[in-house]
Amino acid sequence: MRSILPILAVLSAIIALWYGAAVLLNKQWTYDQAARAGVTVTTAQMLADTMMQERPVLPAPHQVAKGLWDGFTGQKITSKKSLVLHSWITFSATMAGFGLGTAAGILLAVGIVHSRAMDMSVMPWAIASQTIPILAIAPMVIVVLASLGIKGLIPKAIIAAYLSFFPVLVGMVKGLRAPDAMQLDLLRTYNASGAETFWKLRLPSSMPYLFASLKVGVAAALVGTIVAELPAGASQGLGARLLSGSYYGQTIQIWSALFAAAILAAGLVLIVGLIEGRVLKRMGMVR
Amino acid sequence: MSAIGWGAILFWGGAMALNFYLAERFPNSRPVRALVATLFGVTLLVLWQGLVRGLNVSPVILPAPSDIAAAIAANLPLLWGDFVQTILKGALSGYLIGCGAAILVAIAVDRSPFLQRGLLPVGNFVAALPIVGIAPILVMWFGFDWQSKAAVVVVMVFFPVLVNMVAGLAATDALSRDLMATWSASYGQSLIKMRLPAALPFLFNGLKIATTLALIGAIVAEFFGSPTRGMGFRISTSVGQLDLALVWAEIAVAALAGSGLFGLIAMIEKAATFWHPSQRGR
Repeated sequence: MRSILPILAVLSAIIALWYGAAVLLNKQWTYDQAARAGVTVTTAQMLADTMMQERPVLPAPHQVAKGLWDGFTGQKITSKKSLVLHSWITFSATMAGFGLGTAAGILLAVGIVHSRAMDMSVMPWAIASQTIPILAIAPMVIVVLASLGIKGLIPKAIIAAYLSFFPVLVGMVKGLRAPDAMQLDLLRTYNASGAETFWKLRLPSSMPYLFASLKVGVAAALVGTIVAELPAGASQGLGARLLSGSYYGQTIQIWSALFAAAILAAGLVLIVGLIEGRVLKRMGMVR
Repeated sequence: MSAIGWGAILFWGGAMALNFYLAERFPNSRPVRALVATLFGVTLLVLWQGLVRGLNVSPVILPAPSDIAAAIAANLPLLWGDFVQTILKGALSGYLIGCGAAILVAIAVDRSPFLQRGLLPVGNFVAALPIVGIAPILVMWFGFDWQSKAAVVVVMVFFPVLVNMVAGLAATDALSRDLMATWSASYGQSLIKMRLPAALPFLFNGLKIATTLALIGAIVAEFFGSPTRGMGFRISTSVGQLDLALVWAEIAVAALAGSGLFGLIAMIEKAATFWHPSQRGR
């Protein structure tokens, strides 16, 4: 209760601000329409109108909620307007990319921890590669791969993988190095081989770090997928929905797609968190 | 595959062997560290060049590094114009406004534990959302020029910096706070002399994350509409013309700008938080 109340307070303040902003931003259109029709509107009429325009500058929260509800439940799942379909497309590419990126990150981290040369040559470039605004390359990767005949899920997954591999790499390197000298020495007194040290000490002790970075990685993979869906050609997915909404000025559609993406992101992070709780509890590492 | 390709692969193998030797022989020397990293980067470029030439990869799919260098040299004024439009006007102004606003809000929020408990989870949640998605909305509101790009950048950098700054302001330990209290320091005094300095390592962490986000925001926002210059505009139109050398030239500029901005923040961090354990002993 102690932690829910402040969050609710902040959320309701945000929604109140949103309604206020919707009135401010939408009233110009209302007044313009009224002036064109030659009628005067009272303040109450203006307020009512700003809440239910067809193409508002900023849709009111309930309009977005209605758009979301329609998108998720009001359509057949195979319909082009169904947010379930678009979310599924985005979700599957995100998961493929996340799996690829996580595997690559873990493998590279194992290499880096076991070979000093790998550490010295790969790590600086892995860090430098993240200062590159990689999302900017996304449309090009899509177009180039399409010209090679690779379309659909794979190009998006590659971009998602690129974005999610770095957090996993950094977290995993940190985690595999987490055992302290005393524990490593103990295993040496047992005459444990490198592989045994890895499976019985390094890998288990890296789990909390791995899960912390998986949460960051899955969110990054979703962002990557959505941006990868932006370039023309993609007709399905939440990113394509955003783009077509922005072409045709369908603000409610943009906001619904945006919130669908937010719900998806929150769901993914939540699932990773649940798995984290389970695994760490089984391993006796619950904080 | 022709001789060039095999030569490149041979060179790569030789350089990697040298790297392994150097890394085992001089594990703790700084110049060797820099040398090993540079060598690795150079081998990647050589391998790229050799494979593209050796396998006769069409420049429409992947241009060789030499083609990209030629494109950079031939289009310097164009690249500079795009750099000014996207990085200096869009990303940098948005970065300054967003980070400044986040720091001020964090200091304001810090006075109220209630707001803090409410805002931190929400901020953490928003920081994980695909915020780039608001780009089309902000482009609609603020027009096609750099103002809309700056607005996207403001929203993107705000939450990571806010979350880090709030965590930083809470990072002082009870002992230091008690000490300030025994000196009967006012709120302002303890803020400036104890809590802001203590928050700096956290703040710089957020500022570093925000540099990359700022560039991404500015470039991606241009995909939704821009004047006829800017890096995002150039990338999307050049892809349409299959002029991939120019696209890679823009990417090289973006990478340089990103690394430069990151390096600048890291340098300021080093000067401002020299007392912190993570900066000591280097």
